[in-house]
Amino acid sequence: MDTIFGVPAVALYGQLMLGLINGAFYALLSLGLAVIFGMMNVINFTHGAQFMMGAFVAWMLLEWLGLSYWWALLLAPLIVGATGVVIERLMISRLYRLDHLYGLLLTFGLALIIEGVFRNLFGSSGIPYRIPDQLQGAMDLGFMFLPNYRGWVIVASVVVCFGTWFVIERTKLGAYLRAATERPLLVQAFGVNVPRMITLTYGFGVALAAFAGVLAAPIYSVNPNMGSQLIIVVFAVVVIGGMGSIAGSIVTGFGLGLVEGLTKVFYPEGSATVIFVIMAIVLLLRPAGLFGRA
Amino acid sequence: MNAVPLSQRIAFAAMLVLIVASPFVLYPVFLMKVLCFALFAVAFNLLIGFVGLLSFGHAAYFGMGSYVSAHAAKVWGFTPELAILSGAVVAALLGAAFGWLAIRRSGIYFAMITLALAQMVYFVCVQAPFTGGEDGIQAVPRGHLFGVVDLSSDFALYWVVAAVFLAGFLFLYRVVHSPFGQVLKAIRENEARAVSLGYRVDDYKLIAFVLSAALAGVAGGTKAIVFQLATLTDVNWPMSGEAVLMTLVGGIGTIFGPPVGALVIITMQNELATILGAWVTVVQGGIFVACVLAFRRGIVGEIQAKLGKPL
Repeated sequence: MDTIFGVPAVALYGQLMLGLINGAFYALLSLGLAVIFGMMNVINFTHGAQFMMGAFVAWMLLEWLGLSYWWALLLAPLIVGATGVVIERLMISRLYRLDHLYGLLLTFGLALIIEGVFRNLFGSSGIPYRIPDQLQGAMDLGFMFLPNYRGWVIVASVVVCFGTWFVIERTKLGAYLRAATERPLLVQAFGVNVPRMITLTYGFGVALAAFAGVLAAPIYSVNPNMGSQLIIVVFAVVVIGGMGSIAGSIVTGFGLGLVEGLTKVFYPEGSATVIFVIMAIVLLLRPAGLFGRA
Repeated sequence: MNAVPLSQRIAFAAMLVLIVASPFVLYPVFLMKVLCFALFAVAFNLLIGFVGLLSFGHAAYFGMGSYVSAHAAKVWGFTPELAILSGAVVAALLGAAFGWLAIRRSGIYFAMITLALAQMVYFVCVQAPFTGGEDGIQAVPRGHLFGVVDLSSDFALYWVVAAVFLAGFLFLYRVVHSPFGQVLKAIRENEARAVSLGYRVDDYKLIAFVLSAALAGVAGGTKAIVFQLATLTDVNWPMSGEAVLMTLVGGIGTIFGPPVGALVIITMQNELATILGAWVTVVQGGIFVACVLAFRRGIVGEIQAKLGKPL
């Protein structure tokens, strides 16, 4: 059997694949955080809860309305994004004049409420969600077997991340958005409705989290705590990448997923902490983050 | 140095009377829990209230204080005061390392970094053999104070906990009102100006961080002795949220706010646990949201604003 650095090649590829899957979620979530932070200067602590809501909405659509995974992939981000729009209008919009820390505290409180409600309604044990029929089975790549669904997660994440990057960095809408980030008053004077843009940006960031949640539903069991641990790791990812750049957060997300996968092969005990250790090293060498502006 | 304002003297006297009288009326274990968390919140408030740094990872210091004290009392047979002291020392060392990293960034990044580092401590505690994993460290002996005074009765232990709380509270009062504390407040108000005046801002922040972590460790260690238990709950992120919530409810940047907030939140948890059960988290989240939207000064902050006197 082939080995690489004394590790069976199959095990190595398998862990790298799992790492890429985790990286896909880190990338989608940190991208959403970066989009929201760029526009509103708010760190959205509710992001993990909204990721979890995406998975639950997918499950509800299937169980209660009989709508398939593919409908969920479209509808769940819209539904959860709409709740995000309501939250922004009713609450977050009142805090823009204050210290940014209040935004963090508010969204932390909202995360407690949302997770508490789901825990009370659905319990903490987790509910399975079936992989859609079209994505059952696995492909033989020659050097390893790739379950179709996992391949799909990676492709979907890359496409959505790239699409978001393209819209923000390469279209007219994105140009308005970036301009409003730099000089909101000036952009408003040119006749752009900046408050509505902020609201929709928050809704979009939340929808990204929900999309990631739907992707995650068949892989992890759908449970109320699935977001809270993940979001703290994503915070570390965001600190490592720096929030200055959209492309940076995507690259950092996938990269750290791979590093985590490698750690699982070579030093399994360290796999839960490796991202935090990397964060500490990055803080020492480049406090603004790999892609951040000082 | 100015004399202590009359309003604070009265408030302190009232607090002292409450601390002395309440164990004759209320259940001492409940009161000890309030005092431990009050000290935790006071320690947290040193950073958010007087330096303007939001640490979202104080569970790490509280939890390590708890684990180390429990381990020292149970495995090494330390007397309770030495056990708590060892918890404080470890929490201070951890605070020095994490503070040194975290003060490189400020604002929201500081909050995220402290949270992430604390979560790393949590994962280490899940895996490390000495924490006992999911079981935690159970049946920690309360022992004899200075090897002499038996603390097995709740009533006897209460006075020790009260003394620990008062010592921590008065110590931080002194710190905040010293020339050192004035510099901290200057950093909070205008960091660039403090730098231009020649203060080594990072050193001040780091010292404040270490003091805060050490006292959070004392709070955690005392809690471990009181409940004879140290578990993963002490070191997980919701515990950091508790400190934030108590301080927010009581009043960020006030002297008496954090203890009041601890009293309110612990009372609520105790009273509502029977009626609401698992909905307590939802209620706490609701309080967070309500405080941030409409009640940012907190209970003591509001009273202070009404009276126009510092509390």
